[in-house]
Amino acid sequence: MQRFINNPDDLVDEAVRGFVKAHRDLVALHPDNARVVVSRTAPECGRVGLVTGGGSGHEPAFMGYVGRHMVDAVAVGELFSSPTAKSFYDAIRAADAGNGVCVLYGNYAGDNMNVKMAARMAAKDGIEVRTVVANDDVCSAPLEEREKRRGVAGEILMWRAGGARAATGASLEAVQATAQKALDATRSVGVGLAPCTLPANGRPNFEIAPGTMEVGIGHHGEPGMEVVDLKAADAVADDMLDIVLAEQNLVAGDTVSVLVSGLGATPVNELYILYDRIATRLDAMNVEIMQPLVGNYFTSLEMMGATLTVMKLDDELRALLATEASCPGLKVTP
Amino acid sequence: MSGIRNANNAAIVREIAECIIANKAYLSEIDGRIGDGDHGNNMAKGFAMAAERISDDDSLADGLSTLSGVLMTEIGGSMGPLYGMMFEDMAEAIGDESMVDATQFQRMLEAGQEAVISIGSAHVGDKTLLDTLCPATEAFANTPGNFQARLEAMKAAAAEGRDSTRDMIARVGRSSRLGERSRGVLDAGATSCCMILCTLADGIIRRLA
Repeated sequence: MQRFINNPDDLVDEAVRGFVKAHRDLVALHPDNARVVVSRTAPECGRVGLVTGGGSGHEPAFMGYVGRHMVDAVAVGELFSSPTAKSFYDAIRAADAGNGVCVLYGNYAGDNMNVKMAARMAAKDGIEVRTVVANDDVCSAPLEEREKRRGVAGEILMWRAGGARAATGASLEAVQATAQKALDATRSVGVGLAPCTLPANGRPNFEIAPGTMEVGIGHHGEPGMEVVDLKAADAVADDMLDIVLAEQNLVAGDTVSVLVSGLGATPVNELYILYDRIATRLDAMNVEIMQPLVGNYFTSLEMMGATLTVMKLDDELRALLATEASCPGLKVTP
Repeated sequence: MSGIRNANNAAIVREIAECIIANKAYLSEIDGRIGDGDHGNNMAKGFAMAAERISDDDSLADGLSTLSGVLMTEIGGSMGPLYGMMFEDMAEAIGDESMVDATQFQRMLEAGQEAVISIGSAHVGDKTLLDTLCPATEAFANTPGNFQARLEAMKAAAAEGRDSTRDMIARVGRSSRLGERSRGVLDAGATSCCMILCTLADGIIRRLA
């Protein structure tokens, strides 16, 4: 294992410290909780607060999406492990300007429990909390059990839509509804080529045999639903697109947002190779791509592989995506 | 003796912590086969923190309460809230009692079991720590004899419960998405729960002598 670490037990705290130093123009550490990162613009008077959180190892997620017109505060967990209820609670308090807080997070057992407990704690302070639980990962459960699906990179588009809606001064109900709508219009799939290693374990979490790939892999290295022979990039892109489009019902003239994220160790130029094929195919379908994102937006330590996320846009989502957003992980200038 | 003192017995909780720390790599390894491989690391970190904060003068209830506080405020994950609530309600069940005898202990186990059921969404058979905790609690409640004999029965049922998870398909938590592929491996939570219950029982048995 060749990694830049001091003590594995300290790596999350050190990474968070470095992150807030590097992005001090946009974010700050919570004064009483070293596992909560808060936007410089939060809490903002007259606006609903947005919170997310999750395990570390997905950088720039989750803390990279704290900023202007994005998430107001983030709870940071251990590597691949949910933040504590206390951290979610501190994040909720930091984000609350008196208009309630919407917690937009991914569907994992730990996060579900800790957010539930945090919301209960916040309710005692008189803070109204609503939640939207991301479940964009198509391969993690069949459509009829969509509530079991995991949340992956599609969360970024959910935060973007929710953040832009909150910026308009919309009510808590309205922000929740927009974030839910964005999520319902979003599907993701992951393909893994090589595993990742938690430094404290010192060895890979699982194995992917040479010459094979795991389709539907989770972004913590949850084994995929299918292991197949490694294909050429265009064929992989086709498979990924087919999986997400199977539930999208796209027709000519539709507009989508596309996100291709690396899982950490895949060279960025390979992500562009995937995107080249995806864009070509969508173009052939006469589907317009708005604001494509290609890069390491939601990683899984040094896993090799990529995720594809497609969000089908309606007029509201299109207008929201056109607005300004500024956070360490994403900058959009209208 | 029919029971142990509640006072000055927090060292039992430290013994539980030592057991978890000693099995850190093993717990992460079995978790890594069908989960994300962090169970041992996170558990060891939390239990070690708690052990540092526990003094020998503390009562068993205080020790459990300290452990609960650390798990809930410092650890997170799934195990933070699940074990956090379990130990908190166990601590409350024995509270200020001067002695922990078989009756108190049974109340403690049942309170812990209730806590895990209420915060999580699992049932027996779902390949979770409940597959250890529930049969262990039941065995303690239904075994005749003295405190020690009932503790031994609880240990045996805990181990059997843990082993039963090997052939189960996970129905909740991260490994549940694997379906059939989750079969053939012990559940990490059921395994750590067995360690916790067995070390707790051994600590009491030694002090009963």
